[in-house]
Amino acid sequence: MFDILVNLFPYAMAFTMPILVTALGGLCSERSGIVNIGLEGLMVVGSFSAAVFISRFYPILGGNALWFGLLVAMAAGAVFSLLHAFACINLRANHVISGIAINMIAAAMTVFFARTMTGSGNILLRNGLARFSVPVLAEIPLAGPLLFRQSYGTTWLILVVLVLVWFVLYYTRFGMRLWAAGEHPHALDAAGVSVYRIQYSGVLLSGMFAGLGGATILVTYSGEFNGSVSGMGFLALAALIFGKWKPLGVLGSTLFFGFAMTIANASQAEPALQAIPEIILKVFPYVVTLLALILFSRTTQAPRALGEPFDKGKR
Amino acid sequence: MRIRLNRDFVIGLVTVFLGLLAGALLMALTGNNPLQGFRFLFRGSLMNVERFGNTLAISTPLILTGLSVAFAFRTGLFNIGSPGQVLVGGLLATVLGLTLELPGVLLLPVMTLAAIAGGAFWGFIPGYLKARFNVHEVVACIMMNWIAYWITYYTIRIHFSSAGLATESRRLGFDASLRVKWLTDLFQGSYVNLGIFLALAAVVVIAVILNNTVWGYQFKAVGFNRYAAENAGIAVQRNIVTSMMISGALSGLAGLCFYAGYAVNMEIGIMPAIGWDGIAVALLGAASPVGVVGAALFFGILQSGKGFMGAMTDIPPEVGDTIIAAIIYFAATSVLIRRVLAHRRFRFLFTRGEDNSDV
Repeated sequence: MFDILVNLFPYAMAFTMPILVTALGGLCSERSGIVNIGLEGLMVVGSFSAAVFISRFYPILGGNALWFGLLVAMAAGAVFSLLHAFACINLRANHVISGIAINMIAAAMTVFFARTMTGSGNILLRNGLARFSVPVLAEIPLAGPLLFRQSYGTTWLILVVLVLVWFVLYYTRFGMRLWAAGEHPHALDAAGVSVYRIQYSGVLLSGMFAGLGGATILVTYSGEFNGSVSGMGFLALAALIFGKWKPLGVLGSTLFFGFAMTIANASQAEPALQAIPEIILKVFPYVVTLLALILFSRTTQAPRALGEPFDKGKR
Repeated sequence: MRIRLNRDFVIGLVTVFLGLLAGALLMALTGNNPLQGFRFLFRGSLMNVERFGNTLAISTPLILTGLSVAFAFRTGLFNIGSPGQVLVGGLLATVLGLTLELPGVLLLPVMTLAAIAGGAFWGFIPGYLKARFNVHEVVACIMMNWIAYWITYYTIRIHFSSAGLATESRRLGFDASLRVKWLTDLFQGSYVNLGIFLALAAVVVIAVILNNTVWGYQFKAVGFNRYAAENAGIAVQRNIVTSMMISGALSGLAGLCFYAGYAVNMEIGIMPAIGWDGIAVALLGAASPVGVVGAALFFGILQSGKGFMGAMTDIPPEVGDTIIAAIIYFAATSVLIRRVLAHRRFRFLFTRGEDNSDV
């Protein structure tokens, strides 16, 4: 049993991390009161821009191109999320409609550009990120083989992002303001803080993190841009809701979902896992999220002003 | 007498114009001639009877998904579960079409009813969760979409996939397809099928329900103000559930028209784009049944001509999808257009006192 776990763990981590960082992005946006169902599209933009950058600069920069590619993806995601921020914050558009538009624009436009560049609409990376074992820590019994062997560098980067988001959200002034913008923006406004600026930061952070998430998929397990991230953005949204809009809750729910995904994908290879039909594992994240929504419907954990356009003049 | 225009109509036109402009910009950015691109795009969808028939065939499911989303809009609900409902409706129709051995006269009605029932059930769940537990329908619909996606994926792959390809179902037989000989001959061999009549009938039914029945009045009342409707004695919760069921049924019917009319089998592993496009159709059609038909025809033209344009020029066909996506974005931000049109310089265009939105 432990052997199976040791074999599966690296895959589970690889599947979890992109969802985790994207869900953290969604957390920043939704905590500031802006619904972001455009996460899927922002991931696609991240994946596309990283693919373009890496395929162009790998011959010059070598392995470093992958890391710069992640940075480029974050920047591209942030720029693209400005569209969403402008529509929702300045023009008080319906957040859901704007988010759908983001998803559709991202899916269509990236393939459009990819096709003009490569002809096929796909961008294949020759080299991905290499797995490595953390030197000393990998020797720890039990935890060593599980956590520190065969890990990707991005996993550690994303865990750092998690700690940062958790710290910022609970222990800094900016985090409190982000929190307030989603709960009671008028109180924040009365305190002399620009609600618009806080919400813009929230949405920009979501763009950065979702871009990073999309690029992480690209450089770790997929290795190819093909115009979609196959629903990972929506899975991140489910994880955000299932994790009750809290950083550690999101960590728990994404690990849960990541494992379900891994077992579903590995059940063909690992005979011990064939007892569970794949379909149940694939449907599982969405069903438990629905059930959680029903169970917690009385004490909803969502930010109170989520999805409501902030109107300064309204009382 | 001066001609006065309907403000929603003008806003729709401006939105379309901005969307096309965005498309032109993309074509120009990649070093192509936008005018030439649009010429081939429109020729590809309207050049002859056959191509016009194909445009109608593509528009058919768009009319239904657009109507589905528009109906929910009018009752104050946002049905973004349309892709999932399309899948479930299409899956049930495909499964029955592949297993039942009935003559076409019987098989098609059975498939139609199954598609409607499947879509309605997939709409019922988020509707019930909203009415009973106050779960936001947008979130519930997203979950339902992906549940439908995986159920369809595995059902088709394990039980109904074709011999060579695991990514699509077996082809439906002649009796199980909405395509009929006389219609195909009339349009000189195009894909156009009986679905167009189903879609137009649905438009009439929904228009009558919304505008001429007590039921429709109650739906709209709930959409305008849930609490006022409740005070007036309207059963709000039951209204929410039935409204989501009707909306889902329309999307389910779209699934039938798409997978058993426009296509001949079911491809798996993609969320059906017609579900998302339905949201664009409803927005552009200002959520009115007649507007939906116009908007669906326009998007049908874009979708059906893009292949021809791609073949004749270097412009990737995705420009059509980009235009649709940009139109959704501009429709979402139409406040900006409203603000411009509210300027004194444009005031003469409109009938007075029509616009009281916050500008």
